[in-house]
Amino acid sequence: MTAILFPEPRADVLARRDFLIAGLAKLVPPASLVTSEDERRAFETDAFTAYRRVPLAVVLPETTAEVSAVLAFCHQHQVPVVPRGAGTSLCGGAIPQEDAVVIGLSKMSRILEVNYPDRIAKVQAGVTNLAITNAVSADGFFYAPDPSSQLACTIGGNIGMNSGGAHCLKYGVTTNNILGVTLVLVDGTVVEIGGEAMDAPGYDLLGLVCGSEGQLGIMTEAVVRILPAAEGARPVLFGFETSEQAGEAVAAIIAAGIVPVAMEFMDKPAIDICEAFAKAGYPMDVEALLIIEVEGSDAEMDATLAKIVEIAKKHGVKRVKESKSAMETAAIWKGRKSAFGATGRIADYICMDGTIPTGQLPYVLRRIDEIVKHYGLRVANVFHAGDGNLHPLILYNVNDPEEAMKAEEAGNDILKLCVEVGGCLTGEHGVGIEKRDLMRHQFKPVELDQQMRVRAAFDAGWILNPAKVFPLEGRL
Amino acid sequence: MFTMLRPQNEDELAAIVREAEAQSAMLHVQGGGTRAGLGRPVNNGVMISTAGLSGVTLYEPAEMVISALAGTPLRVVEETLAEKGQMLPFEPMDHRAIYGTSGEPTIGGVVAANVSGPRRVVVGACRDHLIGVRFVNGRGEIIRSGGRVMKNVTGLDLVKLQAGAHGTLGILTEVTFKVLPRPETTATMLFEGLPEADAVAAMSAALGSPFEVSAAAHLPAGMGVETARTLLRFENFAASIDYRFPALAEKLKRFGAPKRIENAESEQLWLAIRDCQLLAEPRDTALWRISVKPSDAPGLAAVLRSALPEARLFLDWGGGLLWLATPASADAGAQAIRAALSGKGHATLVRAPDAIRSAVPVFQPEAAPVAALSGRIKASFDPQGLINPGRMHAGL
Repeated sequence: MTAILFPEPRADVLARRDFLIAGLAKLVPPASLVTSEDERRAFETDAFTAYRRVPLAVVLPETTAEVSAVLAFCHQHQVPVVPRGAGTSLCGGAIPQEDAVVIGLSKMSRILEVNYPDRIAKVQAGVTNLAITNAVSADGFFYAPDPSSQLACTIGGNIGMNSGGAHCLKYGVTTNNILGVTLVLVDGTVVEIGGEAMDAPGYDLLGLVCGSEGQLGIMTEAVVRILPAAEGARPVLFGFETSEQAGEAVAAIIAAGIVPVAMEFMDKPAIDICEAFAKAGYPMDVEALLIIEVEGSDAEMDATLAKIVEIAKKHGVKRVKESKSAMETAAIWKGRKSAFGATGRIADYICMDGTIPTGQLPYVLRRIDEIVKHYGLRVANVFHAGDGNLHPLILYNVNDPEEAMKAEEAGNDILKLCVEVGGCLTGEHGVGIEKRDLMRHQFKPVELDQQMRVRAAFDAGWILNPAKVFPLEGRL
Repeated sequence: MFTMLRPQNEDELAAIVREAEAQSAMLHVQGGGTRAGLGRPVNNGVMISTAGLSGVTLYEPAEMVISALAGTPLRVVEETLAEKGQMLPFEPMDHRAIYGTSGEPTIGGVVAANVSGPRRVVVGACRDHLIGVRFVNGRGEIIRSGGRVMKNVTGLDLVKLQAGAHGTLGILTEVTFKVLPRPETTATMLFEGLPEADAVAAMSAALGSPFEVSAAAHLPAGMGVETARTLLRFENFAASIDYRFPALAEKLKRFGAPKRIENAESEQLWLAIRDCQLLAEPRDTALWRISVKPSDAPGLAAVLRSALPEARLFLDWGGGLLWLATPASADAGAQAIRAALSGKGHATLVRAPDAIRSAVPVFQPEAAPVAALSGRIKASFDPQGLINPGRMHAGL
């Protein structure tokens, strides 16, 4: 695929490569500087694998001071910088460019402090999402946002993208679960944003930095909220004859005053793919499946589930299957969280991430089907039904350039549809390079200009992750 | 003196701002005027009332989303939600008790000051539930950010920036929230006579338990009644509370045997805590709102009492929020309070005579590089510094 353009690599930067590498070598230990082409190639893309660029160099700092020194150096010499966590971005947020230095935070992976009385943990940016939960789960706590890539993705990347997950209906997304960050500004200045206390006065820079896709600075540490785990959690499978029925059941559950901790939707192609991979016991004779999870004591879960089952019956549910064991629960979630990987076993795919008002669900699902058929492709739908965050997986063959182009066009049509019905281009994956050129469909020129002026308050010279988020034309 | 303008829609407002921009005229924004004492005092220019921008513009109970124009009375938003059994989760405080103001708080004012209440400690603040804004920036441009869906990472999050900006980054015209179902019922667990350190330990244990406490406050002895009271709120359906109450009491038994306060009495108690009614009188004292990590609260309270012998205080947010009344003389205790905090939290001077609020930083002073960033952000929205100038910091 070649539809998305990168900025032309700057000849003046490429010409100074030896000088720049010599300068970087003075700032970090030799093991933290990657210069050979073979080793740099490992950083050429992320989980948006259709695009790749080998960076000028890769630095893997071990301290905030090193990050600061490297940023100050790159800023002084006007070299673009691309921050990187684990490289699991689905929107190309961590894809480098030939004239850029990648600053990878993977070596800063320590949990610095766990504080149960105040329900916070202080961690370095390169710690994985799941490592935080693993560090506190024996004591009955967890870190709430749970993107499907949580085994690999880092908290720094989560903050950069304001990641979500399956359980944010109840617990919110990353921005709702962070209290502070240590941020290195483009000139190397280190600032503390927020902290260990709630609601710092002044402008909500923490809220601004969260989801800023590495455009405002590089985070090296974070204070995250850890929450007490519920006494128990139980996912239940609800199989329906049609997607419309499933969508109506979701709306009715919320209207009845019930907010389950998760409500996940899969259509028939997604059920087939995930069941073949995870053997989770998903019903195979239905067109749409909801995984609804409730939490609490056994009695509370029984009471809430009874209400949900009653509502589902009113909306024609065909199969209801409760998890009877921890193993079944694990299998049910393994199937859902492996949806992208399992799809990758049968075809190449691009994954959309638009969000829509949930009332538009039946209409949008019908239109997605029409759009994908129009391009002669297939689609599997998995998504967070409670919050309207869709993940249509458009299947195609990466070795067929024409089909690849069609997949990209179908994806763009779907995202424009999401905006048309009152939603947005991306709910949790980020804009990156993938959706950069669609931003004008969601924002008016004055609105993009306002965002770019805010960006310029941090990085007027477009040093930080410059190929991303904002269309290349008309930049301020 | 103020001239008062009352635009009837967003376009009229944008035209007023463009006119002001051409003349470099200062604009001050007023919702219901019930929180006019919050922030640094300002006293000349053109006053823009948002009263003409009123009404709920979208409400989808099945999507848990509501939008309203900025001048909509908070009461209207809350009543609209209550009709469908829903609520604003962050329980916004009503400032009329502490300021002695009348009139109607507006939803725009709630956002501008990022106003939250006791439930904040568990569900998050106003800014956590705000998912969309429309506003007119200092260039007279109408800007949207966020929207009506609860998961949205498209572009920079200007929504969060507007929450708590006290109108200095633009004049809000419409705000959109995600909401939650109202709990069916409520009850409060009461421990009496706990010293502060034990009270905070009990609140931390409760908030760190799986028994879903929705608020935790501590009222020291002399705050309303003679005995110190530590309060833990439960919400949900009755059977759930009946299960969780004894379960938590068992977990907290080292703090004694708690009493149980039911529905109406429990609600009154939390309303008094939310609105800081306990320190509202005498009206001529200064009021501070101090945010720290809960485990620092008992030590801080002790230091403050010794530095400011006349100070009275209570704790909300499990100890994370300290309300403090001090004599409104000299700097109202600013130096002592901020020295006691020494980088561990932040103190906002919520109530004091104009002269003190002009002389003492109302909001916690920011580190130099952060203050510089704030200045550049302000300029990116309002290059001439026309909207609510000086409301948050001198020159900002």
